[in-house]
Amino acid sequence: MSEGFVHSLLDDFKRVEAGLPGAAHPWLQQARRENLEAFAQSGLPSSRHELWKYTVLHALDKRSFALPRAAAAPADLDLALAGVDGPRLVFVNGRFEASLSRLGDLPEGLSLRSLGVALQGEAEPLRFQLSRLFGEGDEGFARLNAACASDGVLLRVAAGTRVAPPVHLVFAGSAVEVDLAWHLRNLIEIEDGAELSLVEHWLDVATPAHLGNVIGHVNLGRDARLAWVRVQASGATSLSIARNEVALAEGATLVFTGLDLGAALARHDLLVKLNGQGARFEAAGAFLLGDRQHGDTRLEIRHEAPGAACDVRWRGVADDKARGVFNGTIHVAPGADGTAAQLSSRNLLLSSSAEIDTRPVLEIHADDVTAAHGATVGQLDEQALFYLRTRGIAQAEARAMLTLAFVREAVERVEPEPLREALAAMLAAKL
Amino acid sequence: MLKITNLHASVAGTPILKGISLTVKPGEVHAIMGPNGAGKSTLGHVLAGRDGYEVSEGSVTWDGQDLLALEPEARAAAGLFLAFQYPVEIPGVNNTYFLRTALNAQRRARGEQELDSMQFLKLVREKLSVLHISDELLHRAVNEGFSGGEKKRNEIFQMAVLEPRLAILDETDSGLDIDALKTVAEGVNALRSPQRAFVVITHYQRLLDHIVPDFVHVLADGRIVESGDKDLALRLEKEGYAWLAERRRESEALA
Repeated sequence: MSEGFVHSLLDDFKRVEAGLPGAAHPWLQQARRENLEAFAQSGLPSSRHELWKYTVLHALDKRSFALPRAAAAPADLDLALAGVDGPRLVFVNGRFEASLSRLGDLPEGLSLRSLGVALQGEAEPLRFQLSRLFGEGDEGFARLNAACASDGVLLRVAAGTRVAPPVHLVFAGSAVEVDLAWHLRNLIEIEDGAELSLVEHWLDVATPAHLGNVIGHVNLGRDARLAWVRVQASGATSLSIARNEVALAEGATLVFTGLDLGAALARHDLLVKLNGQGARFEAAGAFLLGDRQHGDTRLEIRHEAPGAACDVRWRGVADDKARGVFNGTIHVAPGADGTAAQLSSRNLLLSSSAEIDTRPVLEIHADDVTAAHGATVGQLDEQALFYLRTRGIAQAEARAMLTLAFVREAVERVEPEPLREALAAMLAAKL
Repeated sequence: MLKITNLHASVAGTPILKGISLTVKPGEVHAIMGPNGAGKSTLGHVLAGRDGYEVSEGSVTWDGQDLLALEPEARAAAGLFLAFQYPVEIPGVNNTYFLRTALNAQRRARGEQELDSMQFLKLVREKLSVLHISDELLHRAVNEGFSGGEKKRNEIFQMAVLEPRLAILDETDSGLDIDALKTVAEGVNALRSPQRAFVVITHYQRLLDHIVPDFVHVLADGRIVESGDKDLALRLEKEGYAWLAERRRESEALA
């Protein structure tokens, strides 16, 4: 196997290509090869690119990864999450894990299955998404994913259906002999007037040093509603790369909650297009980083239609030598009048060696727009710390208490309550 | 219980306390009065263990131990409580949760059994009824959005729950109307006992109409320049602090 990130994967692709799901569909194999070629040309995104300025990938460049082959042995995973006991789709090292999934007796109107399984049959309806060629300079990981994705989530909620139990998606890694680069491609469709709650959970068993690379394409139809909780709690040596593209039609609502807690290096791009009049995007999230963790969150919201609203509130905490990056851009297209846009990024540095870079950007090309944005980077309030200590609370506990109070806001609106408390407990456990 | 001997302290190189000596025994109520800038609040902060004060001379002992060597939380566990002049707002931390964490941290440090939530709520209910405080305060974040009077009452409520052996009240009367002042004073009086001592720091005499002290000390320019009983407070009320200039010169000559 050749050395280095790009070569190791190009080599391994030849070996696994014929075994990828849907290899029998010529258009799919062609799309894979084209994306791979584009990746071979571009390699990983360079820090010269504006969108990768703070996330330098030199260390990754030198490492070699293998693509997953045979299904991993069912890992011993504790997937329980309070308040989440509905349908579940589990992937371990990029492979669908039927034994850990719960796909029996799906609620009326919900279709949920492995993309890999689906591609063995009629694939034409998926052609539009899967034949896409990623072209921009920042999309190296997306190209790689489009070439190598070995599976993914295929989810659809039929028009007018309200699915009550939250759907649980698990992206897990488990240690094997080599470091893997696993790729998943998720296609999610919430049709007109449909409603769904989604809980996406990243975790690892036995601290592998894999690269997980996930792309999600999410469509919300007219007046559809999606409540999406994303928890990235991967192991300390994992690399977690995710790109989610969401399009909202008229009157649709996306309520997103994101927590980035794990991984040595994590990057999440959430790209939201408010295409329909009156569409609404609410997002709250937090990253909580320690040791030498690097976490980079990028939100890009595009207001394409009039009367749409977005409200983004992100919190960041970095301790030790960690580095947090938040990039939030709201773009209001010409004609998107009546837009209401809000973005706030508040951050807390717990150590003098930690660093947080936050960049809120508003690009407004319409006239009648209400927009506000703000960013702060600060430290724990010394007065509050002293106050707690005079009441008998030890320094470390007082710091944890104030930090938790700061990040907890990210989960305050999560439903149901047991899930909210479970997320708060995950935050507390990291402090 | 508390013995302060010739205490000198400075902030950023500026001397504030210039040789304070004071002994407080269980059951006693000491009032410390004095003009603004005399060092009254500094004394409270140094005793509670706030960063940024440098003690250059003198000592403070607590039951014979060096108090200044203890972390603020250890002082609290030993039974010292400071009611803040400006209680700090802590958004996102629930008042009840905060107080239970504090009480159990102190109990743990003293090797006592922690209270479970039922036991704690029972204790809280008892204290609330004694202090005439609405339990709505409990459900809010610590001091967040509280009025001046509510903040001060919350301090007294915390004191009631934590049951310190010595409570320092730092200008607890400032910014209170007469009704709120009475409520706070009633709260303090309800906690008076032969085992518990108070140091009441105040600028005005009026609080001492309601919390009657055993001793009154006048602090001026970093020193105690006069000590007496409650009549001293009345004299200050009548004559103001101007006559202290004379006293200060005398004490400087002595020093």
